[in-house]
Amino acid sequence: MSTSEPVPAVRPARPDYLNASYGVRSWLLTSDHKRIAILYLITVTFFFAIGGVAAALVRLELLTPAGDVFQAETYNKIFTTHGIMMVFFFLIPAIPAVLGNFLVPLMIGAKDLAFPRINLLSWYLLVIGGLIALWALIHGGLDTGWTFYTPYSTVYSNGWVVVTAVGIFIAGFSSILTGLNFIVTLHTMRAPGMTWTRMPLFCWGMYATAIIQILGTPVIAITLLLVGAERLFHLGIFDPAQGGDPVLFQHLFWFYSHPAVYIMILPAMAVISELVTAFSRKPIFGYKFIAGSSIAIAALSFLVWGHHMFVSGQSVYAGLVFSILSFMVAIPSAIKVFNWTATLYKGSVSYQTPLLYALGFIGLFTFGGLTGLFLASLGLDIHVHDTYFIVAHFHYIMVGGTIMAYLGGMHYWWPKISGKLYPEYWSRVSAWVIFIGFNLTFFPQFIVGYLGMPRRYHQYPEEFQVLNVMSTAGASILGIGYLIPLVYFIWSMRYGKDAADNPWGATGLEWQTPSPPPTENFVETPVVSGRPYDYATGREEVALG
Amino acid sequence: MASPTHAALAHDDAPPELRHHFPDLAKQREASSLGMWVFLVTEVLFFGGMFLAYAIYRETHRRAFEGASNLLDLKLGATNTIVLIVSSLTMALAVWASGRSRKNATVLFLVLTMLLGATFLGIKYVEYKQKFERHEVPGPHFVVPQDEETHQPLPRQSEMFFSLYFCMTGLHAIHMIIGLGLVSWLVVRARRGEFSERYNTPVDMVGLYWHFVDIIWIYLFPLLYLLGRHTL
Repeated sequence: MSTSEPVPAVRPARPDYLNASYGVRSWLLTSDHKRIAILYLITVTFFFAIGGVAAALVRLELLTPAGDVFQAETYNKIFTTHGIMMVFFFLIPAIPAVLGNFLVPLMIGAKDLAFPRINLLSWYLLVIGGLIALWALIHGGLDTGWTFYTPYSTVYSNGWVVVTAVGIFIAGFSSILTGLNFIVTLHTMRAPGMTWTRMPLFCWGMYATAIIQILGTPVIAITLLLVGAERLFHLGIFDPAQGGDPVLFQHLFWFYSHPAVYIMILPAMAVISELVTAFSRKPIFGYKFIAGSSIAIAALSFLVWGHHMFVSGQSVYAGLVFSILSFMVAIPSAIKVFNWTATLYKGSVSYQTPLLYALGFIGLFTFGGLTGLFLASLGLDIHVHDTYFIVAHFHYIMVGGTIMAYLGGMHYWWPKISGKLYPEYWSRVSAWVIFIGFNLTFFPQFIVGYLGMPRRYHQYPEEFQVLNVMSTAGASILGIGYLIPLVYFIWSMRYGKDAADNPWGATGLEWQTPSPPPTENFVETPVVSGRPYDYATGREEVALG
Repeated sequence: MASPTHAALAHDDAPPELRHHFPDLAKQREASSLGMWVFLVTEVLFFGGMFLAYAIYRETHRRAFEGASNLLDLKLGATNTIVLIVSSLTMALAVWASGRSRKNATVLFLVLTMLLGATFLGIKYVEYKQKFERHEVPGPHFVVPQDEETHQPLPRQSEMFFSLYFCMTGLHAIHMIIGLGLVSWLVVRARRGEFSERYNTPVDMVGLYWHFVDIIWIYLFPLLYLLGRHTL
């Protein structure tokens, strides 16, 4: 650790949110945003583990060209489980519900989110929805993929479509309520002096995410409801036999599910903005552009869904428009990458674990973003559509992007969350293992996809085996990489060194309150008098004192 | 920072309605109000999916939709529209009365709102019952209905009209039932005298919700009952 602050031998027992009260009840009925963040942390880690096991089974099957471990239908159920668990119950809630919940009130100098009880309700909704979906996926199985395409999901599938949809529907309200809470909190609860342009970029990212959550999620909710109604009551909204249009389902589904990708990546970008500036010890370059680009991404996210449907029979003119709009997403995304790079330029960069993850993010996200431009090209997309190229692309964004940022953020704020320091050596090891494992898993998939290996099959031609073996080997390394932080985070809660209030010497209100913070967050309501990331004036020294 | 001492003693003289994390009631009301409006935005998107489906299919199956629309009971639909508009008036009066600490008037207007809401659902029940008896409910028992004027069978896609009719009005009715639950909760609280000039946020918020559900119907009525109708 870089800090020179001496750690007192016997820490005076000051009241914080962790020791304020004890017992299961005090956690399950809490309305403290910090405790709810911990509840979310445990929940999404659980769902991540389930999704990870399913991913491991997928990679196991793909080790050999023959379908020798699972039957085709079982394989379909496994990758569906992987997709649904990871997308709806890990990636979407992960950063907003864990880090956002913990940090938004702290960063703006508030005592809590605007609606603490709704915040707790949204956690219960996620748990209930997740357990219903998990039960359906394991007990009955679902073979539609996470996309529920009609008419397969409505007419032909024998899986538990309705029950799974109910689980996702319930969890959707969790997402809506979290977004609603953030929007209201950021509008009404900012501390005196905390104007919009003094707000940390993390909060700007959460705000942009929340906009997508409240505008997109209701649409997937009604869409899944209609799918359920079609299966249960034989309504014909998406059934061609009754004059319905299956492609309408795709429009409605992607109207949410493309923006959902930005529900996953905007919070990740928000984390990276904080990490890059903290470890460059420089004010962030282009604050207003980074903040504005988050809003721009949120706005554009609703205008690009048709790029999932280039081969679904939509008109070529619609395809052209969606292609151009999809290219436009590159502009705000590139603004962010360039500004982070400019922030690092001539900064006094210290390569601590959070920054390792952040640098991993910048590289992998850039790679995932650039291959997204391949997919936004009408002609090229026909070649790579539904191949492993697209699988590799979105895993570079979701795993290489979101999970790298999530872990980077977890390391950066862990001293604040737990009051303990994680072991520096092992955290660096894990960052490298994850980076290497990730690239070994997914880079070969770009090649094998470009060569023509389709996604969602349990068998493949023999010439693809070498690349698939590399991918499975990488997935094993990646899995170990994820286990290491899990172990040492838990270890550090008991054996880790006590963390100082501001172990990184960072700016930001969350570092000016004790680690872990007291239940009411701040001893006195802070008053903000200047811009964020003011590293030039040595304000962090004040914070340390 | 100052040394960590006890801090949570801010609101010793605060009104009982004030939650600990707000500085004052005005701020708390602002947050509640914004939260409710944001929630209503999500509701617009929620219903929006079905309005989109309706718009598309009405265009592609125009004759089926117009023919099937003629089979709806215009008198019942129109009565229900009036019932709901009046219930919005009584709800608005309840908000007005609660904000002036008029307890009895508040309870009266809330109960009137509930009665009107229940009337709406009762009439809706009669309409649904007719549809079941005439086999106009989509699914295995659906019988393609005849055109009221020509007595020719309607196109097959008339079933789609009824699919959307039941989805849209059904979801609206569920929102009405939730609204009735919320208003009855308000009645209990109003009788306890919990609302006053200082604090009537719950009445105000439920009022917004109630008006929103009414507005949905204001769109549903012309779309389903009136558009392209050629008989009364």
